[in-house]
Amino acid sequence: MISLQSVSKAYPGGIRAVDDLSLEIEAGETLVLLGASGCGKTTTLKLMNRLVEPSSGAVLIEGRDIASVDPVSLRRQIGYVFQGIGLFPHWTVAHNVAAIPKLLGWPESRIRDRVDSLLEDVGLPPERYRDRRPDELSGGQQQRVGVARALAAETHILLMDEPFGAVDPVTRNGLQEQIVRIRKSLGLTIVLVTHDVTEALLLADRIAVMHQGRILQVGTPYELSARPEDPRVASLLEMPRRQSEKLQAIVSGAANTEASKSSL
Amino acid sequence: MWEAFRAQWIHFPDYFSHHVLLTVSALAIGLLLSLPLAALAVRRPTLAPPLLGVSSIIQTIPGLALLALMVPLLGRIGVVPALVALVLYSMLPILRNAVTGANEVDPNVLEAARGIGMTDQQILVRVQLPLALPVLVAGIRTAAVWTVGMATLSTPVGATSLGNFIFSGLQTQNTAAVLLGCLGAALLAIALDGLIRLGELAAARRDARLAWVSIALLATSVGLASWPTWAHYGQRGDRPHAIVGAKTFTEQYILADLIATKLRLAGFDVTLREGLGSTVAFNALASNELDVYVDYSGTIWAHYMKRNDPASAEVVLEESARWLDVEAGISLLGRLGFENAYAIAMPAEKVQSLGITKLSDLVQYAPELSIGGDYEFFHRPEWKAVESAYDLRFREQRSFDSTLMYGAAAEGHVDAISAFSTDGRIAAFDLVVLEDPLGAFPPYDAVLLLSPHASENQRLVSALAPLVDAINDAQMREANRKVDLESVSISDAAASLAAEIAAKDARSVH
Repeated sequence: MISLQSVSKAYPGGIRAVDDLSLEIEAGETLVLLGASGCGKTTTLKLMNRLVEPSSGAVLIEGRDIASVDPVSLRRQIGYVFQGIGLFPHWTVAHNVAAIPKLLGWPESRIRDRVDSLLEDVGLPPERYRDRRPDELSGGQQQRVGVARALAAETHILLMDEPFGAVDPVTRNGLQEQIVRIRKSLGLTIVLVTHDVTEALLLADRIAVMHQGRILQVGTPYELSARPEDPRVASLLEMPRRQSEKLQAIVSGAANTEASKSSL
Repeated sequence: MWEAFRAQWIHFPDYFSHHVLLTVSALAIGLLLSLPLAALAVRRPTLAPPLLGVSSIIQTIPGLALLALMVPLLGRIGVVPALVALVLYSMLPILRNAVTGANEVDPNVLEAARGIGMTDQQILVRVQLPLALPVLVAGIRTAAVWTVGMATLSTPVGATSLGNFIFSGLQTQNTAAVLLGCLGAALLAIALDGLIRLGELAAARRDARLAWVSIALLATSVGLASWPTWAHYGQRGDRPHAIVGAKTFTEQYILADLIATKLRLAGFDVTLREGLGSTVAFNALASNELDVYVDYSGTIWAHYMKRNDPASAEVVLEESARWLDVEAGISLLGRLGFENAYAIAMPAEKVQSLGITKLSDLVQYAPELSIGGDYEFFHRPEWKAVESAYDLRFREQRSFDSTLMYGAAAEGHVDAISAFSTDGRIAAFDLVVLEDPLGAFPPYDAVLLLSPHASENQRLVSALAPLVDAINDAQMREANRKVDLESVSISDAAASLAAEIAAKDARSVH
């Protein structure tokens, strides 16, 4: 579906944000680019819709080199969800979702149906939300609109750049579940960038662990934790387990204290 | 005071409506030019500093100087140079706010716009422009207030505005006129500010209805305020049009009013262009932008012909007339009958105590004394001629508005001044004119000058012919004195001069 072939991105000053990276993303899978800040995962994502142009190598989507596709029409065919959400504050929710269909010149009735069905999909009843302005919504609701906007033009590829970074943990949980549902019902191919290992494990079919512009290892969550090829992959994948053990200890320790208090 | 207001009020609709049209046109053109430039600066951030830099530099040029510069640059007077200067002046706040507003748009929003597939053009028009709109409209508001103020300075380049009140009022010490001009401009600025503020609110609240209300209110107000101008052009019909010029002193205002009245009686539709600099008026006449104004033979002789040899009044007049005709196609219709010479005047008391009567007597005392002159005087060839003829060297030279000069001499701020011989204030302030035994000052017969086109207009020539040799020194001095010292309005002074001329004509017919 999406194929990155020896792609590099060098910036003036010699920094290689992406360094000779190759990656195949299958149709219908959710691939997570996982790594610390500055590892090149967002740059890799932006190479897929020409928000960033490669210094060398090629990106193919459905077998076609995207360097030969007009970037504007390419982007209209690929959904993109931004960490900063970036809703247009001067437009209503419905107008935001309709942004690309309007650019594509869809008839009004088709746009309206599409907007309503998408708002329904992301859990925002259209009759309540379509005429609101972004500043009247919570952060989580805003990002739901962001997802609906990204999907509006009936795209099959969804690029998500830390999409839940700006929302609280409870909302994040709800959004993650929503994405899993939508992805199944619409048959989407998703590339998701995150530095949150738990999120990666929960959402990914496969995870590509990145470090300094390169991929350390690609595999299913099981493969990565069972057969890590790099100590950094191993320690990264162990982190949620270590955290949950620690949490468990704290929670049960507190319970013991409570118990001992009450036995007095 | 109330009477003085009423006398000035008749000009208000004309001046105000011209002022509104000038201001609003400048703003509209400024906006149309600024928006694409701002778009360019937003798309190519490297262009923003030079663009804003240039407009800031324009902004630092004093308003009056910028307006005055436009006359030689564009080679004409009137609305065009005024409009160009005002447009340039209005562009900085609009440009700066448009660029600032666009750059303040949340980068997340811009990234999203690009990421979902908007072209640069679509991002600009659909995202940056609407989001920058409140800041942009605030810039237009600033520009509106500045432009209203600066438009009052367009009078000296020959564009009618509320500045006509202010400039003529300052010249003739008519407080009512000055106040009326200032109040008119202040009210206009407040009204425009308020109406555009409404538009700014509409933009901030993204309230389309409020936006239309503010646009409709603005359009209606501008339409109503500029109505007198439209109505005037509508009424003009086939009547021939004549433009009468005046320089910047009382006598010129009175004579321009007198000439305008004569032409109106002869069926002309008359436009007055008052408060023009000497050279501005002369060049405008040569290029047919003025039809008629009064100049002085000595000024033509010394200033334009660059002559500094002593000559009799008749020779100066004849040679000037020939030179004007040959060099500029201007015709000298004739003398008005009086002379308004440049002269050096001193307080009578000082003259007596020094025991002098002539410029040649002054030479030995001059290094201890200071001299005041109008803005032009020390740069005029006549002054150079006087300086070298008598070897006259003063301790200090100071430039004044000619209105304030006489008082400055009377109160001892300066010891001597460059006076106009027809000025009523020479006698009123107890000043004495020193004789010029070497004839270093040329004779200054007031003469009617007609533009090349106007010279061929028989109707205009015959309408003005009765003014030739019609006013003597005493009459002109009296008219000037009434305006300068008794606060008689220009038009009343002109009317009584006209009545005297008519009475004399009647006597000579008998």
